[in-house]
Amino acid sequence: MDVSQYLEIFIDETKEHLQTLSDQLMILEQEPENMDTINEIFRAAHSLKGMAGTMGFKRMQRLTHDMENVFQEIRSETMKVEPELVDVLFRGLDALEGYLAEILETANEGTEENEDIINSLNSIAEKATGKSSDGDAAAAPKAEASAAVNASAGEIKYDTIQITDFEKNTFDKAKNENQNIYGITVYLQETCILKAARAFLVFKALEEMGEVIKAVPDVQDIEDEKFEMDFSLVYFTKESMEKIKNAIESVSEIREAVIGPFEANGSAAAPQAAAKPEEEKPDAPAAAPKPAGNAPAAQQAAPKPAAKQAAKKAPAKAAKPTVGRTVRVDIEKLDVLMNLVSELIIAKNGLVSMSSGDETETKSETGFNEQIEYLESVTTNLHESVMKVRMVPIESVVNRFPRMIRDLNKKLGKKMELHMTGEDTELDRTVIDEIGDPLQHLLRNSADHGLESNEERIALGKDEVGHIYLDAYQDGNNVNIEVRDDGAGINIEKIKNKALDRGTVTEEQAAAMSDKEFIDLLFRPSFSTAEKITDVSGRGVGLDVVKTKIEGLGGSIECKTELGEGSSFIIRLPLTLAIIQALMVEIGAEKYAIPLSSIQTIEDVAFGEVKQVQTKEVINLRGTVIPLIRLDKLLDVEPGEFKPESLTVVIVKKGDKQAGLVVDNLIGQQEIVIKPIGDYIRCSKLISGATILGNGEIALILEANTLV
Amino acid sequence: MEDINDVQNLEVASEGKQYIVVSLGEEQYGIDIKYIDNIVRMSRITRIPSAQNYFKGVINLRGEVIPVMSLRLKFDLEPDEYSNATRIIIIKPESQSAIGIIVDEVKEVITLSEEEIDKPDASESNDVNKQYLSGVGKTEEGLVTLLSITSVINEKESV
Repeated sequence: MDVSQYLEIFIDETKEHLQTLSDQLMILEQEPENMDTINEIFRAAHSLKGMAGTMGFKRMQRLTHDMENVFQEIRSETMKVEPELVDVLFRGLDALEGYLAEILETANEGTEENEDIINSLNSIAEKATGKSSDGDAAAAPKAEASAAVNASAGEIKYDTIQITDFEKNTFDKAKNENQNIYGITVYLQETCILKAARAFLVFKALEEMGEVIKAVPDVQDIEDEKFEMDFSLVYFTKESMEKIKNAIESVSEIREAVIGPFEANGSAAAPQAAAKPEEEKPDAPAAAPKPAGNAPAAQQAAPKPAAKQAAKKAPAKAAKPTVGRTVRVDIEKLDVLMNLVSELIIAKNGLVSMSSGDETETKSETGFNEQIEYLESVTTNLHESVMKVRMVPIESVVNRFPRMIRDLNKKLGKKMELHMTGEDTELDRTVIDEIGDPLQHLLRNSADHGLESNEERIALGKDEVGHIYLDAYQDGNNVNIEVRDDGAGINIEKIKNKALDRGTVTEEQAAAMSDKEFIDLLFRPSFSTAEKITDVSGRGVGLDVVKTKIEGLGGSIECKTELGEGSSFIIRLPLTLAIIQALMVEIGAEKYAIPLSSIQTIEDVAFGEVKQVQTKEVINLRGTVIPLIRLDKLLDVEPGEFKPESLTVVIVKKGDKQAGLVVDNLIGQQEIVIKPIGDYIRCSKLISGATILGNGEIALILEANTLV
Repeated sequence: MEDINDVQNLEVASEGKQYIVVSLGEEQYGIDIKYIDNIVRMSRITRIPSAQNYFKGVINLRGEVIPVMSLRLKFDLEPDEYSNATRIIIIKPESQSAIGIIVDEVKEVITLSEEEIDKPDASESNDVNKQYLSGVGKTEEGLVTLLSITSVINEKESV
């Protein structure tokens, strides 16, 4: 019985439930009376509890149980939602997220008990309802119930376990090591459905504290659910009986566990032992006078259970880091894919029958062309659909931000609101995974530095509550995400002084710099204008990291600001990483692709217009001086025979800067699939990858950004 | 691919390792068969600007872009002259991406047992090319230099 196969599902669903909890708690804070919300939270907490319990994550289960309890009280209207309670609930939510993160990494919930959260939850419930809560609510009622049952039904079945001579040797060894030997009989509740699962959890709990030596029925049968409502064990441990009993009974749907010292009295003498459960300690000295000849045998026997244990643990360990990267796909998208694949098969069959079919040539030729066209349209659609499968709405990243802003609200003591639009904008999964941190950074920046304090805002005649906007929208082949605030804007003077202070720029340079160039300084490493460093932001490791990350995704970021009006950061990201639009060019006999996104215009320049400035070639294009880059020299291409009358120049841009790339010939625009070159070749940064052309040839992709 | 079928010694020995024997000029080299993914004929190589000199560029192998190195240039021999016998051996080491190696000719597959392999003499290993060797195999036809393929493809900043 191994639950690790359910781990991925557990993680996925837990994430969803946590998100629901977070969303609903946000609503609850605004509308403490909203019954729908309360019910929703109750349901989410309840599901979480159940799932955590099934997976054997006891701490997580306990915390959710207490959260659920509180809501039970609220639901039955014995208590009201107080801001204090919402805070505690949010802390509980964070703790649950902590558990989940731990599970993601190690497949284990970790050891953090979060006692303080549980205590505050209980004390709130206590205060509000007036009655004393059961303290440790999770275990208490169960313990009471089982204590009652213990007296009546507590049959000591473990005494009938028969011990072979071989196993006896391990007993002696354990005694020498001062281990306690217990017999345990575990009774399941009559209503228990997943008996094997519960038994597995019991075994798991026991193996944490000691060693299960023997089970009746044997372990295999228990795993196969071949047992009635109870099973018995012989168990070695150094822990106390109490502790073990509690550990077993904290597994849900266990009616009770009967535990007592176990005496191995030889082959079939078990019934005698029935009289001895009251004995406190196993007869330890009895082992001593045994013949010494037993010792090697014990050693022989000992490795067996150890090996068994190791074998059991091994699969669990192997499963640990393998929480795969998955995409949840809308079933409709899959249906479309399925349809297209069947069409593909039809097209193939058409071609097959064409080649083997009738010989009337003219007819087959037109038919052939038709089939090819059909095939073409199918593959194009197929390609589009597959790309769509990879697309994930940005919602999955941004939906945690309202919560973050709420926390910042309290932390910074500023009133602020987050407005989001376009959460349904879709982006490639790989981009989605990476974009969260940069966005979070920008939002924190806006909240901390962008927005003024409430008093200042009132003094300035602005709305007391600061507004932060997060807008996502598609723009051609790009997705733009804009983080905007209506705060103070960026003070260019401040940047200037700071830059001069630090020696980042000289006086002369500063005099010649445009506002935009100053703003670009913000994206330099360790450049923060915040006067005081808070734990929210301001350590100067912000914007440059954001920028690197976004550029790593093939995107760009720019900043616009208006002093006193606010500032906005615009992130531009490619829809997908794998396929881009590119201009194919020829240099000498070689073909290269230049991403269309970086191209501004293509110009025909006469030789005479090329001027020399400081030994560099430039052209004057409609009033702007643009440096020329001779790609054939840069790429060591052997010059072709062909001598043109004028230069074909591709103007590329990066932000406000431009450069002209001299190419020999333009081939045309094409959609290309980016393939990595691999890490064996140390090629220059100029080449960002390769693509395979229709005829099987390879063309290299030029990263125009590095040239500007 | 067809070259593998050409060779005679295909019977798999229960002990010993199998090597593919390739030639570079007069010399014979053996490559451990477990690293070999494929052997393809010379195909069009796209040059990569400013790469290491022994990298000839990249090829298209069924839709994947595979870098190709010249074993001759890597070993400071005469540059390759491509002929009908020239082959690219596609190496696929564990946990690394595939890479192609250009050789003059693929000869045969041999099986060598432990005793038939001489380990390289440690005292001589200061020679640059020695670092790429894992031993010398003795066959009936003569000596085969066994390549330590991982050190051949993994650049140590020796240049």
